[in-house]
Amino acid sequence: MKARIKKIIDKYHSNKGFLVPILQDVQREYNYLNREALNLVSAFLEVPISQLYELGTFYKAFSLEPRGRHEMKLCTGTACHVRGVPLIKDNIERVLQIQAGETTPDLEFTFETVNCLGACALGPILVVDGEYHGNISISKTNKILKKLGKKVKIDEEN
Amino acid sequence: MKKIKSPEELEQFRSKIQAGRDPKTTCIAICAGTGCLALGSDKIIAAFKEEISKQGLDADVATIRETGCPGFCEQGPIVVIYPEEICYLRVAEKDVPEIISKTVINKEVIERLTYKDPTSNERIIKDFDIPFYKKQKRYIIGNNINIDPRSIEDYIATNGYSALSKVLFNMSQENVIEEVTKANLRGRGGAGFPAGLKWKATRQAKGEPKYLICNADEGDPGAFMDRAVLEGTPHSVLEGMVIGSYAIGCHEGYIYVRNEYPLAVENITIAIEKARKLGLLGKDIMGSGFDFDVLIVRGGGAFVCGEETALIGSIEGRSGEPRAKYVFPAERGLYNKPTNINNVETLANVPLIINKGSEWYRSIGTENSKGTKIFALVGKINNTGLVEVPMGITLREIVYDIGGGIPKGRIFKAVQVGGPSGGCIPESHLDLPVDFDALSEVGSMMGSGGMIVMDDRTCMVDVALYFLKFLEEESCGKCTPCREGVYQMRLILERITEGNGKEEDLNTIEWMGKAIIDGSLCGLGGTAPNPVLTTLRYFRDEYEAHIKEKRCPAGVCKALITYTIDPELCNGCMVCAKICPTEAATGEKKELHTIDQEKCIKCGACFESCKFDAVKVS
Repeated sequence: MKARIKKIIDKYHSNKGFLVPILQDVQREYNYLNREALNLVSAFLEVPISQLYELGTFYKAFSLEPRGRHEMKLCTGTACHVRGVPLIKDNIERVLQIQAGETTPDLEFTFETVNCLGACALGPILVVDGEYHGNISISKTNKILKKLGKKVKIDEEN
Repeated sequence: MKKIKSPEELEQFRSKIQAGRDPKTTCIAICAGTGCLALGSDKIIAAFKEEISKQGLDADVATIRETGCPGFCEQGPIVVIYPEEICYLRVAEKDVPEIISKTVINKEVIERLTYKDPTSNERIIKDFDIPFYKKQKRYIIGNNINIDPRSIEDYIATNGYSALSKVLFNMSQENVIEEVTKANLRGRGGAGFPAGLKWKATRQAKGEPKYLICNADEGDPGAFMDRAVLEGTPHSVLEGMVIGSYAIGCHEGYIYVRNEYPLAVENITIAIEKARKLGLLGKDIMGSGFDFDVLIVRGGGAFVCGEETALIGSIEGRSGEPRAKYVFPAERGLYNKPTNINNVETLANVPLIINKGSEWYRSIGTENSKGTKIFALVGKINNTGLVEVPMGITLREIVYDIGGGIPKGRIFKAVQVGGPSGGCIPESHLDLPVDFDALSEVGSMMGSGGMIVMDDRTCMVDVALYFLKFLEEESCGKCTPCREGVYQMRLILERITEGNGKEEDLNTIEWMGKAIIDGSLCGLGGTAPNPVLTTLRYFRDEYEAHIKEKRCPAGVCKALITYTIDPELCNGCMVCAKICPTEAATGEKKELHTIDQEKCIKCGACFESCKFDAVKVS
């Protein structure tokens, strides 16, 4: 791990001004900001761990907990909101039995909301493992969830 | 690639590119912006490439251009075929072989892929003849379909970097500032502060080094024009930045861009590398002796970082908390040095002003708002997309002439302009000319340019609550009026939507809103009550219906609605019973179904899936 963290920090010439992008790269590498990685960043750059913790909790992009195998991001921008996202959000939360921002205990799903992906023409939008699903509805979401192994009632014929 | 060392070399390079391009060669321009990509335009691009090689067409017969967003997202993926300018909409992979054989080879138009006017049913072949485009003036994003954003040659071929050349070799720094000030270019990020004055203040401020930052932290939900500009024409932003830095006298710049925009980050990164290689960025730009370079910083997903001082904090590696602006960033900004911050769209306007002159620029727009503005027209509207219009156009023209009105024949209720800092504007103000001042007068603001259209199925109390929840989450928590005030307002609105509102609540919200505006440190808190105050001003009856009658007229607020089945319309198809998660909807085949209110969790699944509109909300 030491070498991998060092490589990320070297990319930014050990510049403390790039703490946010450094942590973004660390998160991409390990899927979340784990304690060991943060300790290493703190030691390499000589910044207190509290400062890294401050950033890790302030910015939405960071997670201090491990994330699920499938990542579901629901756009809750205004355009998606007026096109009915709240009911879709409730439905996903009900099926996965977690709240937005959480990961299922079996580490299968992380469900998050995001404040506008800027693709409003397709709203409501759900991004599943990086793939965009536009104009989604409750039934479309259920089909996606079923494909990923969740038990949901869907109308097979439609 | 050889570095360009003088204005003459730039012109020679331009002529060489243009000479190498036969305008008669067929060029297939395909939108590869985020919107169309999400609709599968990557697959269409691949299909075109495959089909071209399969048919053995040479590059001098047909070329492909992967472009930025031309704006008409509703009808994507968009393909335009040059030189005939045939515009195909909603193109699918299976249409590709036919387009190649009919249109590219035989110059035949495939009618079913062209735009069909919804009122006259007439087919329209050229994109600029489509009503959506007709009333627009597309000086900033109009070029998107003509260039591949990853090709600096494309940008240069369309007169790119000529403004930079003019500035570096024929204009003094004062001249540049004067020109931009005369043009009255106002900040497109929302507040509308004159860019020329900002540049002048930073130029005159003491302290070295100075910085120029491009604010691309476009956090307003429902706004995506900055993304489209960065993705589609990144060099125009870079050119604007170099011109600005020359005028200010600074040599280091940053682009602070949202991490949620991966394609914008990619395209601007490529643009920077290519500009450096050609000597249009970096040391001794175009042999003028002037140095300027740019770094990209990705945001961390915090809305408040769009605020200047919070953004500076974020670049310095701290959490993005704003500070009071008794000293402006122009005096002391990044690392306490004089710093100028402009929005993406503002910077993209700069080359245009330099090339065409401030006189020309001033001829567009209203008395105090000049030029064009790009809006993201979204929500309950037929033609969703990006529209670039001259300042002074009316909201009615945008919503009805360009936007094509409200889908499914429903009734227009309001248009929300300016994101979480803006306000909801009702039908009675639709003839308002859109500019910075007129929008403020009706309690809204230009903001970054999100325009969310709402119809009679949108609950205004719910919308106000939505923005409060957004702002509560995004408030950095530093100052009390914003942190606690927005939270308290949210609690009251939540209670109203749950049917527990009290009559005095409305007065409380009003005075609380005023207190938050007066007492907050930065623009986030200072404008946070706007969505609530404007909905209260124009839609007070809806609030009253929630409080006095315990009724949500739009049928949105869960606690106040019930789902029932209309016996006249139900034909017993059993779909609702099949999908109901709580078995509240039941019934036998071909017989009337019913909903057990005890079991119903109001998830809306039956309402959404009933094909006969038999499920009613009341």
